[in-house]
Amino acid sequence: MGKSEALPARSKSQQRNGLPKAPTGIAGLDEITLGGLPRGRPTLVCGGAGCGKTLLAIEFLLRGARDYGEPGVFMAFEETQQDLAQNVRSLGFDLDKMIAENRISVDYVHVERAEIEETGEYDLEGLFVRLGLAIDTVGAKRVVLDTLESLFSGFSNEALLRSELRRLFRWLKDKGVTAIITGERGDGQLTRQGLEEYVSDCVILLDHRVREQVSTRRLRIVKYRGSTHGTNEYPFLIDQHGIHVLPLTSLGLDHAASSERISTGIPRLDAMLGGEGYYRGSSILVSGTAGTGKSSVAAMFADATCRRGERCLYLAFEESPQQIVRNMRSIGVDLGTWTKKGLLRLEASRPTLHGMETHLAYVHKLVKDFDPQVVIVDPISNLSAAGTGAEAEAMLLRLIDFLKSRQITAMLVNLTTGGVSTEKTEVGVSSLIDTWILLRDIELGGERNRSLYVLKSRGMKHSNQIREFMITSEGIKLEDVYIGPEGVLTGSMRVAQENRERAAALARAQEAERKQRDLLRRRAALEAQIAALRADFEAAEEESRRLAAQDQAREQRIDDGRGAAAVRRGAEATAVTKGKRK
Amino acid sequence: MSTRKNGSHEERWELRLYTAGQTPKSLAAIKNLRRVCDEHLAGRYEIEIVDLLKNPRLAKDHQIIAIPTLVRKLPVPIRKIIGDLSDTDRTLVGLQLKQLS
Repeated sequence: MGKSEALPARSKSQQRNGLPKAPTGIAGLDEITLGGLPRGRPTLVCGGAGCGKTLLAIEFLLRGARDYGEPGVFMAFEETQQDLAQNVRSLGFDLDKMIAENRISVDYVHVERAEIEETGEYDLEGLFVRLGLAIDTVGAKRVVLDTLESLFSGFSNEALLRSELRRLFRWLKDKGVTAIITGERGDGQLTRQGLEEYVSDCVILLDHRVREQVSTRRLRIVKYRGSTHGTNEYPFLIDQHGIHVLPLTSLGLDHAASSERISTGIPRLDAMLGGEGYYRGSSILVSGTAGTGKSSVAAMFADATCRRGERCLYLAFEESPQQIVRNMRSIGVDLGTWTKKGLLRLEASRPTLHGMETHLAYVHKLVKDFDPQVVIVDPISNLSAAGTGAEAEAMLLRLIDFLKSRQITAMLVNLTTGGVSTEKTEVGVSSLIDTWILLRDIELGGERNRSLYVLKSRGMKHSNQIREFMITSEGIKLEDVYIGPEGVLTGSMRVAQENRERAAALARAQEAERKQRDLLRRRAALEAQIAALRADFEAAEEESRRLAAQDQAREQRIDDGRGAAAVRRGAEATAVTKGKRK
Repeated sequence: MSTRKNGSHEERWELRLYTAGQTPKSLAAIKNLRRVCDEHLAGRYEIEIVDLLKNPRLAKDHQIIAIPTLVRKLPVPIRKIIGDLSDTDRTLVGLQLKQLS
């Protein structure tokens, strides 16, 4: 059986699942198959023309040879070695070199009905011989047969072909190779020739649907015996790196909730959101009608993110990156420097370019590659143009879920059209949103002004106030609106009202001042009066003191005069006086 | 086609029969081939029998899938006839020794 020692990390999970698996190395596919394809068994990959069967098969083979040390054999019934080499060169594989290194063997089997005459009994031993030789030459662990069904056009004896195919599948199992057999999709059954009846272990169905001129590729695991697997239809992309399956796991509600807060880039809005901004890993919806400044709010957030040194992925569905950079420069946000520093990635694409799933797969791939902390989608409403409402909703749900599971803060910008209630998003994602910021116009007094309020913000105290929202050359400014008897006033009416109020306040202040001055003056007058009275009183007091002093002095003088007279009158009088005085 | 029939008498025939081991089908094919050649191409044919179990690499050369396969290497163009050649009529048609009636 296959070498599992080459993959020590995986062997554990294989044991747990019971079934040994061979990793494909294809992004996302190993996740939904929980480890890869059944090791040592054939897997059927079926689908219509151009759905990517051959690519999936060869990617499995080449990645096996390059990344997992498992050489492989590609038996091609449709493409020559040159064609294949050319096709995989763009994926970064040098097929010719791998063949030269004996890691890959390609056998082009060409069956031309026109030059074959059937005369009696035969079997397909030649195919076995060739396959056996190729497997032994490179020591193959993986085999691809693409497309085995071509045999049916080359030979007329169908009963024989079927029994030979049965033998082939048994033989492949006995060889212990992990095989992929591709088959064209048929009516009412998975493959045109009913190949699925031979392959009982794993069947993968690829689908390429076009609805309203938009194509979407999907992959579904129809069955996988002995293993659990994702059962949904998974969108996948084919790009320059090959197949990229979007492993949308179940819509679990078990993502971690961070209590870390990140700035909105608008100080006043931070203040409105409990003073700290958004929660990390939450989903934020910015909705509003045309021209209300949604993209500006998004740009401020992108700017704040990059300022923290974090990466931001900005998905633009309306404007080109250059246009966004130019426009945002006018409000003082220079996104260009962030893109140069590699912190900001602006990815623009027309929403109608792909189907919803393809967009999602694309976002998924970008997120995986760039690993941002913040993803901005501007706007999501355009995405609904790529699919039906229900589809768009389901896809956004998956997107939000995916971003949340990675703790990525998602800002979704939604354009609401007039007539529709602003509190209803075109794509009904409101219930998934943690913080919803609503931007509105207020038309008043021949003016159209912007206003902003926080409709909801889970898990934080947030302001219930409408703020006037102004886009200035230094970014976004939020101002209190005037709420008066005539309702909410904004813009110049607010300014006028403010001026009126200021004038009234000034008048009131002046009146108060005047009264104050008056009072002061009166106090001064009163005090002057008091001073005058006191002066009068003091003068009177002084006068009376002076009179008293005069009286005393006079009496003294009288006494003194008496004494002198007595001296003159006789000595005895002195004794009398003396005695009298005692 | 009629010109080919006239000219075919002078041509040398090179035939190669691919087999895989001594299976009943292979043995029948060898026997049937010799009989047809002796009847129609007496003296101007050459048969090479390739056992793919011994020489598996040769299978790629002529895009051999079915066993047994008879390849008419000469005269050109190359023709392939698969099966044990038990249907003589079809064998002759396949070798273009006879027009399909």
